[in-house]
Amino acid sequence: MTDGMRERDNGHRETMIRLENLSKTFPGQHEPAVDDLTMEIYAGEIVVLVGPSGCGKTTTMKMINRIIEPTGGRIYIEGEDVTTADPDKLRRRIGYVIQQIGLFPHMTIADNIATVPRMLGWDKKRISDRIDELLETVHISKSYRDRYPKQLSGGQRQRIGVARAMAADPPIMLMDEPFGAVDPITRERLQDEFIRLQQDIQKTIVFVTHDIDEAIKMGDRIAILREQSKIAQYDTPERILTDPADEYVEDFIGSGASLKRLSLSRVQDIQTSDWPVAGLNDSHDGVRDKMQRSGKEYVLLLDDQRKPKRWVSMADIEHNGIPLSEAGWPAVAIVEGRSSLYDTLDTMITSYKGSAIVVDDAGRYQGVVDFDAVLQAIESMRPAQHRDGRAVPEGA
Amino acid sequence: MRSAEETRDTTLAEESWESPQTPETGGPSSGARKGSLLASKLVRYLTMPLILAAVCVGLYLWVGSLELDSIEQRSLNREVITEKVIRHLEITAVATLVVVLLAVTAGVILTRPVMRKVAPYIAAVASTGQGVPAIGVLVLSAILLDQFGFKAAVAALVIYAFLPVLRNTMVGIRQVDPSVIESGRGMGMTKTAVLFQIELPLAVPIMLAGIRTALIIVVGTATLATFINAGGMGDIINTGIKTSREPILITGSLLTAVLALGIDYLAGIAEDVLKPRGL
Ligand SMILES: Nc1ncnc2c1ncn2[C@@H]1O[C@H](COP(=O)(O)OP(=O)(O)OP(=O)(O)O)[C@@H](O)[C@H]1O
Ligand SMILES: [Mg+2]
Repeated sequence: MTDGMRERDNGHRETMIRLENLSKTFPGQHEPAVDDLTMEIYAGEIVVLVGPSGCGKTTTMKMINRIIEPTGGRIYIEGEDVTTADPDKLRRRIGYVIQQIGLFPHMTIADNIATVPRMLGWDKKRISDRIDELLETVHISKSYRDRYPKQLSGGQRQRIGVARAMAADPPIMLMDEPFGAVDPITRERLQDEFIRLQQDIQKTIVFVTHDIDEAIKMGDRIAILREQSKIAQYDTPERILTDPADEYVEDFIGSGASLKRLSLSRVQDIQTSDWPVAGLNDSHDGVRDKMQRSGKEYVLLLDDQRKPKRWVSMADIEHNGIPLSEAGWPAVAIVEGRSSLYDTLDTMITSYKGSAIVVDDAGRYQGVVDFDAVLQAIESMRPAQHRDGRAVPEGA
Repeated sequence: MRSAEETRDTTLAEESWESPQTPETGGPSSGARKGSLLASKLVRYLTMPLILAAVCVGLYLWVGSLELDSIEQRSLNREVITEKVIRHLEITAVATLVVVLLAVTAGVILTRPVMRKVAPYIAAVASTGQGVPAIGVLVLSAILLDQFGFKAAVAALVIYAFLPVLRNTMVGIRQVDPSVIESGRGMGMTKTAVLFQIELPLAVPIMLAGIRTALIIVVGTATLATFINAGGMGDIINTGIKTSREPILITGSLLTAVLALGIDYLAGIAEDVLKPRGL
């Protein structure tokens, strides 16, 4: 079991954003909205700020591009102190996506996307090429270039919002509940697309949400905040789920932490059982031999491309005359290696065999997982197994 | 006089019957719907000019059939009427232009965040012009400027028509979705860029409605300019009254009405043309 497989060697990572004793007290208020926040965000990671409504997530994020000016503390980007830099120039190298999206309704999709490149003085050809490239990236047809935002669905608008923020390829993106305004199914699709996209673009992303499940799904690291943006825990989703720092974090994660934990591990990272396999064209005797040697009651039959096809039992083989390609029953309950344990478990429960076949991207057989293997994985996630103990202290 | 709210409602109502069809909702019936839309647009664009032309032709034929006495002949001839119409249009055009420049600028300034506290007071002062009867504003303006004629008339009309443009500019800018402005600022657009590329274009439909209202006020009120010797269509009407010549009075009134309706019609077209696409 590779615990915290998404975890990286933080010790050697380059810091992209550093917030130092950052504070904000809005005019006319006595209590600060953000109080003395210090945190570091590494290059190429998605850090999710999560916490209850009004805890200061948005305020914190907006201080990074100085849409809200801090009343105390400092902001460093790539080591450079930008606390008093020209905010307009600063913002052109930070992508910005908000929940309301804020597309310019009187401009076409192409013009919306072109906003920052134009300000940076790119030539027409380069801008036009970039628009095409981005539309493809966010899965929107090029024929939409000359449409207006009003003519798009909510999900399409959200994609354009992301494309517009990425237009000039900024190293940093700030996203405030970017998928908050769309229906749950669209949200899930956008999240998946974005995770896949991030694997290519490797931006440094600060992502705000109040939904812990979204945080777990999207975050390389999660900062769970309490009132006034005080960090309750800042760590990987795995550690936060298995080793919550205190009751506040525990409450915030809510029930089902173990199940949520399962959605973080991939089936390819747990031990698959050794299962007897045979080819569809093998002889009946050969298959019988394999089964007897393995001591299992079933053999899995693969086709020429090693794709799982059928399960056969001893009784099926004894029925001489039936070709192997029709014996037994079809192999269902197939999961890809990068499926989560959560999805794998789901598949296993709904299959009558109580086990799932793991395949690679091309659908080729990799192994079989059964309940025992999953239980073992869960066992190894327990906090007692955490030899390295509690996570990095706040803001370190 | 229509309040800003009313003007705004009209804009919205007009939008709803000719809002652009989104391609998704197209379907088989969209061709037919587009056709009927075009037809209703044509009817709308052609009706008014036809009516106005009919009125003018009728008036021409009627006056032509009359035996005009010397007083009537002095007012009802091509040179005099042309001169009065042009003068009237000049007063209207200059006054409206000045109103637009001043009131839009004022509206922009008053909607800047720094002005949030003082804006209501200044807007209140700006609306006092509306409370005084038009003729009073005209005479006061002439007395204050210490001269009768064109400039005094323009100054009075500017004061009189200032409010609808100011108010609609402010309403128009304030109704711009704050998240649109924030996303612009968040991408590094300067305040000026946000004003000219986002706030003003998005305020245009409501601003245009205000300008159209101002134009109608000006073109109507300009008939009173005759009382401070500024000329215009008021001259013809006034002569008709003073000399008790009905043909002069009717010609003056009808032509003034035609002028006002014609300008309103053109302003309506301008509204349709200048409205940003995509809204
Ligand atoms: N412009 C403002 N003026 C005054 N107070 C503000 C302003 N913006 C935010 N606040 C206050 O600061 C606190 C933090 O607000 P913030 O918007 O950062 O919360 P949040 O964590 O993003 O909440 P949510 O999940 O509801 O978006 C709140 O108490 C809020 O009332
Ligand atoms: Mg928020």
